[in-house]
Amino acid sequence: MYSDKVMDHFTNPRNVGEIENADGVGEVGNPTCGDIMKIYLKVDNNIIKDVKFKTFGCGAAIASSSMATELIKGKTIEEAWNLTNKAVAEALDGLPPVKMHCSVLAEEAIHKAINDYRTKNGLEPFADKEYVHDHHHE
Amino acid sequence: MEGKRLVYMDHAATTYVKPEVLDAMMPYFTENFGNPSSIYTFSRKSKSAIEEAREKVAKAIGAKADEIYFTGGGSEADNWALKGIAFANKDKGNHIITTKIEHHAILHACEFLEKNGFEITYLNVDENGMISLDELERAITDKTILISIMFANNEIGTIEPIKEIGEIAKKRNIYFHTDAVQAVGNVKIDVKDMNIDLLSLAAHKFYGPKGVGALYIKKGVKIENLIHGGGQERKRRAGTENIPGIVGLGKAIELATSDIDSHNERIIKMRDRLLEGIMEKIPHTKLNGHPEKRLPGNINVSFRFIEGESLLLLLDQSGICASTGSACSSGSLDPSHVLLAIGLPHEIAHGSLRLSLGDATKEEDIDYVLEVLPKIVQRLRDMSPLYETFKHKGETINV
Ligand SMILES: Cc1ncc(COP(=O)(O)O)c(C=O)c1O
Repeated sequence: MYSDKVMDHFTNPRNVGEIENADGVGEVGNPTCGDIMKIYLKVDNNIIKDVKFKTFGCGAAIASSSMATELIKGKTIEEAWNLTNKAVAEALDGLPPVKMHCSVLAEEAIHKAINDYRTKNGLEPFADKEYVHDHHHE
Repeated sequence: MEGKRLVYMDHAATTYVKPEVLDAMMPYFTENFGNPSSIYTFSRKSKSAIEEAREKVAKAIGAKADEIYFTGGGSEADNWALKGIAFANKDKGNHIITTKIEHHAILHACEFLEKNGFEITYLNVDENGMISLDELERAITDKTILISIMFANNEIGTIEPIKEIGEIAKKRNIYFHTDAVQAVGNVKIDVKDMNIDLLSLAAHKFYGPKGVGALYIKKGVKIENLIHGGGQERKRRAGTENIPGIVGLGKAIELATSDIDSHNERIIKMRDRLLEGIMEKIPHTKLNGHPEKRLPGNINVSFRFIEGESLLLLLDQSGICASTGSACSSGSLDPSHVLLAIGLPHEIAHGSLRLSLGDATKEEDIDYVLEVLPKIVQRLRDMSPLYETFKHKGETINV
């Protein structure tokens, strides 16, 4: 069901953990839906120096967090903001359709962490996007 | 992959076929392949094999042979019972009573019936998964034509008060069907003593082949056919018989019901050791289902702060086969209807794990699961923001 890349990032997730005194923190999702992602950023000179995550969720949620954090590490805040969920899913060699919302969650968590950083530093937060979760309860 | 060890802890999903069962089936693939409906002597062997199997199934549940009808599995038996009773008795009423924790074979058949003018009452269950006999009695109306309540639940293992339900149904003159797919071979069943009018079973849950089952229909019960066609099964279930499957079902049910007590004793001992070990080694764990009235091989627990699919994936990497009621593993988005019906909050239902032991389970398997599982749960908890929040807040928990 999952690609080898997803299994790799799920089994050996990169950047798991917390950052003390993080410059930006973003938490999205809710336990009712079965996934929560929390992203911590360390920012220096507009560059993401370090990023860590904690995720409660399925294999795809953990793999998406791992891949997304890899993709923004060392990038500028603007570059990180422009990371799309599609890019995360593609970097994982695809996600099953029912799991695409996990990549959306990763994008959303990064955005939230970035805006948390910007707000804390007296910067205008970037305009929020519409996040299509395709995640409706029957 | 940690070597090639395989620990199968999913017997409630399906079982392997026992060698004795396979041996009994083999001749009916190759030598005795005759169509039992044919006239020549050669096909008589097939016909008598079916009748022998029918006797065995009847004996296993306390029925008469001519009350047993072979089907293509448990789902077909369930569908037949519900739709067959509904359509044959709609002049008497359009109301059916079932529970919120039935298998989808029952629930989706009920949805179909609702679209066709029938009214269904879905009984609640308590936190252990037990129905209330009072609620059942109160649900009965003069339009009620059928009560369908599962013998034992496939997820949480709870065994329902079948004999008491049978008494109520008899007293009120309403047909009583029970889905006994999980119960056969694990619980003693006597359809006469328990006043059961219809009972579904499936061979692959008790070491027989997949795709074959049976519906017991008490003599005199008014029921429509589900599968229309040829005149097989005394004109009640069309289709050339799956003879090897039926023979396998017969052999398997004979083996499974010949010594239930000692089988259960062995399994319960291992199950309890596993459960106690889990509860001792893994904090913030909750047992789901009835503490005593449960299937011998069933364990269903929820681990707080983690999600079931990721748990299954890691267990799989250690060669352990199990299942979960988390939505994320099924492709649907809501967790198991059974876990929600017993009142679990979504996040606790997401963290559920079912381990089901069976005849092949060995003491070493229990040791192995007890060694591997706590580490995997901890690994996922260390990744979980819920666990982090819990640790920081030191919130009191009631699980
Ligand atoms: C309680 C219950 N009912 C019905 C079924 C369906 O049986 P089958 O898969 O043989 O159609 C199952 C098995 O999955 C079950 O556990």
